[in-house]
Amino acid sequence: MAKILEKRSLTPVTKLFRVEAPLVAAAARPGQFVIVRVREGGERIPLTIADYDRDNGTLTIVVQEVGTTTRHMGALEVGDDILDLVGPLGMALEIPAEGHVVGIGGGFGAAALLCLMRELSARGDRTTIIIGAREEGLLILIDELAEICDNLELCTDDGSAGFKGFVTERLAQLIDGDGPGIPDSVVAIGPMPMMRAVTETTRDAGIPTLVSLDPLMIDGTGMCGGCRVTVNNEVKFACVDGPFFDAHQVDFEEAVRRNKMYVRQEQESKERAECRSLAVGQD
Amino acid sequence: MPFTGGGTRLMPLKRVDKTPMPERDAVLRSHDFVEVNEGYNIARARFEAERCLRCQDPVCIDGCPVQIPIPDFVHSIAAGDMAGAAKILRSANPLPAICGRVCPQESQCEEQCSLGTRFIPVAIGYLERFVADWEMSQPAGEEPAQPTRPEKVAVIGSGPAGLVCAGELARLGHPVTIYEGLHAPGGVLRYGIPEFRLPKEVLDWEIDQLKRLGVEIVCNVIIGKTVSLDDLFDEMGYAAVFVGTGAGLPQFMGIPGENLNGVYSANEFLTRVNLMHANDFPNADTPVMVGKSVAVIGAGNTAMDTVRTALRVGAERGLIVYRRSDKEMTARVEEHHHAIEEGVEFHWLTNPVEVLGDEDGWVTGLKCISMELGEPDESGRARPVPIEGSEFVIPVDNVVLSIGNRPNPLLLQTTMGLKSNKWGCLVVEDESAQTSLRHVFAGGDAVTGAATVILAAGAGKSAAAAIHEDLCE
Repeated sequence: MAKILEKRSLTPVTKLFRVEAPLVAAAARPGQFVIVRVREGGERIPLTIADYDRDNGTLTIVVQEVGTTTRHMGALEVGDDILDLVGPLGMALEIPAEGHVVGIGGGFGAAALLCLMRELSARGDRTTIIIGAREEGLLILIDELAEICDNLELCTDDGSAGFKGFVTERLAQLIDGDGPGIPDSVVAIGPMPMMRAVTETTRDAGIPTLVSLDPLMIDGTGMCGGCRVTVNNEVKFACVDGPFFDAHQVDFEEAVRRNKMYVRQEQESKERAECRSLAVGQD
Repeated sequence: MPFTGGGTRLMPLKRVDKTPMPERDAVLRSHDFVEVNEGYNIARARFEAERCLRCQDPVCIDGCPVQIPIPDFVHSIAAGDMAGAAKILRSANPLPAICGRVCPQESQCEEQCSLGTRFIPVAIGYLERFVADWEMSQPAGEEPAQPTRPEKVAVIGSGPAGLVCAGELARLGHPVTIYEGLHAPGGVLRYGIPEFRLPKEVLDWEIDQLKRLGVEIVCNVIIGKTVSLDDLFDEMGYAAVFVGTGAGLPQFMGIPGENLNGVYSANEFLTRVNLMHANDFPNADTPVMVGKSVAVIGAGNTAMDTVRTALRVGAERGLIVYRRSDKEMTARVEEHHHAIEEGVEFHWLTNPVEVLGDEDGWVTGLKCISMELGEPDESGRARPVPIEGSEFVIPVDNVVLSIGNRPNPLLLQTTMGLKSNKWGCLVVEDESAQTSLRHVFAGGDAVTGAATVILAAGAGKSAAAAIHEDLCE
């Protein structure tokens, strides 16, 4: 069990939790993830470790309430326990070449850049973070991210903050020399369509790009094989071989399709949970 | 079937057949998860126990990987002394309720049984289960034991090898902690073997017995990820470690279409149902996708468990597809028999070559080729050879691969100096179960590759003795 020490609403559907998990915090490296289960009968879902504090033995994780489990999690408060939390899982991010690293966070994926870009900055890399959302109010962790990189670039679809347009459009400008410098490597974390678009943006320029894949998982230790993805025509298990893969080698079409395997069941489960919470409200 | 209830006969009855195990009706049971075998009652158990010939040289014991003094507990049953039988059984095997259900007795103790030369062997497995079930119905025994020795031992993995090793070490007086990666203990007994063969209530009870012996179980900790093996010694003060991490790395065939939606490894399929309760979706949150027809590739016990589970979660047709014939099948006779009763279709000498899908990426069929048996291969079994031009398609909605598991490499990847062979199995000394690292021992599927519960239990037991000896030097 992991006790919740802090909870912040970053957007109406995005919650940040700081939880007590000393063993995981001590072992965590940037880019790794945990698997949580929030109630009896609940699913096991992977969540990227946004940040960790070894001294205080805490982990920071950010959750977007999109399905049954994330909603249950979003309803937890300070002092509550996360029923099960295991990790750190997956391989830590490795960016070999020093230089100008651009981290791109779409939606709540921005949170995952926290410990990752801090470590790269500390290593001496020049760091740029590009985060994007529909509108200003949905951009998260702006202050925290600004602190840990050399340049923070904001993008909004409606132009309410920063660049008006998608993160990929801003990235393309950087590649064209319009911005804080041409990237030597790119790391993208966020929704699959965004990571896919980033991949296409850097492909022709030949800029090494890593994406953090989040396929469906159960155990997270290589036991079930549910998270298999095809990278460079080889089948990999994202839980143990990933979550980071060479973006230009990833079979995104397959990854997107596999992630939609349970769309109908996810909808059914969510509606049921909503009905239940309505029924509870009427009592 | 005549019955004799009470009264102790002193002389054995040399009957031809074993006392039948009451089973639930195949049509009914193939739609639910209630245990298939209902267990002997006292009358049946004593009736069966009386069949034992009381051999001077009880060879049945040689067939048992944990060396249960079989005739002794069988005689106690015959005499009506169930408490005595339970004590004898438990002194040799910390998991009798489990082994009595899932051991392949027909190729172990019962294969050795002297009665078997002319008749059907004594149903030792059914009797073992009976005694354990009787014990389960009794009030709990004494309070948890206190460790008598200072040397702490860490056990990695709570599958059969780890549980038995921990139980034995606790009995020998060591403080023992089991570290389990999943959120519930039991390993393959939890995620792999279905409820209808091993009710989780039984597993929970057996684990409770180990806790009463003083074994501590910590879930959600992955040694090699959360804590390193070295830290167990250096930071956490353990004097020895037993690695019982099993064989939990599913193998795929590498044929086209394996990543289509609707293709599972048996591990994933079974874990969704057994550990995550997908059969209870949407009350439980984890779903499992099962269409009208499910093809399971492979013919081991896991394949039987998978295909029978598929029927129970809604499939109308369950198929076993196996490239060899029924003679080479590795599943237990009983599991095969139960699967036939439940309407499973068997496609022997059929090798899948491609999983076919529709334009949305969902499975629509399994393309196979017919095989014939050729010369024996390195496993001693006849090698299946494809018959040219014999390809055909079986229309199915799901394909589940049950073609074996290799040891999980997580611990190996993160532990310097831990040696393995080319299959990823840990290398240990035969006698001591010691790995290439001092004070680190291993047993079960992590060493042998995927095998049986009882072989893992046996390995756990002998490793416990070796660890005790190592620590008491």
